[in-house]
Amino acid sequence: MGLTQQSTGLGVLKDSLPSEAKSAGDLIIALAGNPNTGKSTVFNSLTGLNQHTGNWPGKTVTNARGKYSHQGKDFTLVDLPGTYSLFANSAEEEIARDFICFGQPHATVVVTDATCLERNLNLVLQVMEITDKVVVCVNLADEAKRKNLNINFALLSEALGVPVVETSARDGTGLTELKDAVYRVATGQARTKPLRITYDSDVEQAVGSVLPLVEQTVAGKINPRWAALRLIDNDASLLNALNRFVGIDIKASPNLNAKLVLVQEELRAANIRPDEIRDRIVSRLVKRAEAIAGKTVFVGNKHYNNFDRKLDNIVTSRHWGIPIMLGLLGLVFWITIKGANFPSEVIANGLFRLEEHLTALFQAYHWPDWLHGILVLGMYRTLAWVISVMLPPMAIFFPLFTLLEDLGYLPRVAFNLDNFFKKACAHGKQALTMCMGFGCNAAGIIACRIIDSPRERLIAMLTNNFVPCNGRFPTLIALASIFIAAAAGPFRSAAAALTILGVIVLGVLITLAISSLLSRTVLKGLPSSFTLELPPYRKPQLGRIIVRSILDRTLFVLGRAITVAAPAGLIVWLMDNVTSGSTSLLGHCAAFLHPFASWLGLDGYILTAFILGFPANEIVLPILIMSYLSTGSMLELDSLTALRELLVANGWTWLTAVCTMLFSLNHFPCGTTILTIHKETRSAKWTLLSFLVPTIVGVLLCFIVAQSARLLGLA
Amino acid sequence: MEEKYIALNQLPTGAFGRVRQLAAKDSTRRRMLDLGLICDTVVEALRQSPSGDPTAYQIRGAVIALRSEEASQILVEMVESA
Repeated sequence: MGLTQQSTGLGVLKDSLPSEAKSAGDLIIALAGNPNTGKSTVFNSLTGLNQHTGNWPGKTVTNARGKYSHQGKDFTLVDLPGTYSLFANSAEEEIARDFICFGQPHATVVVTDATCLERNLNLVLQVMEITDKVVVCVNLADEAKRKNLNINFALLSEALGVPVVETSARDGTGLTELKDAVYRVATGQARTKPLRITYDSDVEQAVGSVLPLVEQTVAGKINPRWAALRLIDNDASLLNALNRFVGIDIKASPNLNAKLVLVQEELRAANIRPDEIRDRIVSRLVKRAEAIAGKTVFVGNKHYNNFDRKLDNIVTSRHWGIPIMLGLLGLVFWITIKGANFPSEVIANGLFRLEEHLTALFQAYHWPDWLHGILVLGMYRTLAWVISVMLPPMAIFFPLFTLLEDLGYLPRVAFNLDNFFKKACAHGKQALTMCMGFGCNAAGIIACRIIDSPRERLIAMLTNNFVPCNGRFPTLIALASIFIAAAAGPFRSAAAALTILGVIVLGVLITLAISSLLSRTVLKGLPSSFTLELPPYRKPQLGRIIVRSILDRTLFVLGRAITVAAPAGLIVWLMDNVTSGSTSLLGHCAAFLHPFASWLGLDGYILTAFILGFPANEIVLPILIMSYLSTGSMLELDSLTALRELLVANGWTWLTAVCTMLFSLNHFPCGTTILTIHKETRSAKWTLLSFLVPTIVGVLLCFIVAQSARLLGLA
Repeated sequence: MEEKYIALNQLPTGAFGRVRQLAAKDSTRRRMLDLGLICDTVVEALRQSPSGDPTAYQIRGAVIALRSEEASQILVEMVESA
């Protein structure tokens, strides 16, 4: 998923579980693998679909499909969720297992990490128990080379009995060989002889006694030995799946049922408890994987992990871990702010000069004033503002964030912050969904899928909005720059960055507090189990990330500006110029909201801007500026100083700025996020709550701050 | 010679432990098995989070962080090295 054009904004609403469109003649290939093996990169490289990949486990949480052609045949590649096993411990594992087993792919590719082959072989062996048509893709070959790990691929292929292809999907190497192998296996040209895992005598005996009846019942629809093993293991989810996908109801076959009961009793008599069977099965697989890896992987340097260890010892250390985290975050903001200044100015100048030309055009052709108003003053101006203010920061922040992601730093953030989330009875992975929320809250909501427990997932979704998304940054940055950093003189950028950092930290604290509150009230419960993998650091491909991310973001901002900002600008202009009585609609609205707003340290126009900004957070400031401009205070707006004058002329004080920033941090999620929450929770109740919780927090906070400041005579 | 088993969360940083028994049940147990925490696996306690919990362990070539609640359900026997 990551932060790409498709995964943020309205893109998240596109149904990511595609329909059953199976073109006749297409060969279906399943793509399985452990999390964090570069599976998505393989997927992208083969299909050309632009899916972003990052470096923390649990990223790919939905199926995705893509197509490619090779040697005259068409292939549909199905990207399964990354899983450690197929024993259906979680929804993701169930999805993966169900597809490999019942989706009847013509071949299954298992993507493995060359630097961690032993652990990855566990899944390979499990897949080979379900289906014969397997191709093993050993990815991240470049990383293995860097760490001096050598794999004997011929021996590995022989030991496993299936084709093994070495790839480095990032560089594009090995992909043709992979496509070749997939072609051969899928078309049946290559007959694979996958390794048969035999278990200990008790298990094998049990399998042997149920096998005939199982073979009869499944009638060739799935691998009978695998089914027998799962039935002995009491896998309830498989029973359901069998019923759902192939209409086989084990419970309705009395003979088989009786046999299973008998077998269980025999095992119990031999002192083997039901859960012990799972132990034995998994142990055998793990040991086999160990043996195979031992034979085929040659460790050139025993301390190949040292760099990662040393780095982690610093980055998650007791004294430096959290300061480094804050420092990195601050640095990212500082670079964003500093770097965005010049481009913003250039773009703004360009676009506003264009506006003058447009106005001249209108005058030359004597087109009506109202048309000029709607198109130029309303739509174009808002569009121009949004592009000039939003584009540079986004085009800088997103690549930086992606860099951190690709590097593998984000799980370390979760590692550092987990304890705080645990105390709030929430899940440590919420730290990760929070990070995603920095980019786009809608993407952050989708990211919540990496949290298994529904309760903790809801908490993460309801609090995601307390982290300001990129749409809110420019507002925060502008206000921070004007009112707070102005005093700092030459250190403006640094002061602005620090202020934003402070706002973010506040947002995190509020997230923790509200998570804690939610888990003690409407979402009561205990923390679920938590295992987080800290993957090896990967060398990020700087050039590719930066170029791709910048292009991606530019398209996104431009697209959003046209689809959201321009219409919003139109509406505001209309509200501003359609009068009822002696005041415009906008004026009426502002006057109506003003009493309430001033309790919160805001004014009617600010609150109106927030409300009208519901479709997208980035239009709040443009709307506000337009509203103020129409009150006749200023005619032009071309710099931050001008903005400052405009605001001050409309009654702004430092308190207004602080309260506006607070409300920007704590208010209802934007339209896209609300729609996403509704889609993810399928519940009107939780969607409503996700709207109310941040808003109520915002109202209370602003109220307290405003009234206290006034009481204390500070404003 | 009597072997003393300790809970994994009591394994000091830098020490190695050989898994002897899993006290966890159901899905937690299955998750642990899938990560390679079977009997005889040697794990190394790498480091603790700044706030004390979770702890990162080296398990079969991968680094996995476990909270002390989970780690306390894994019984290990201290050994010299991998």
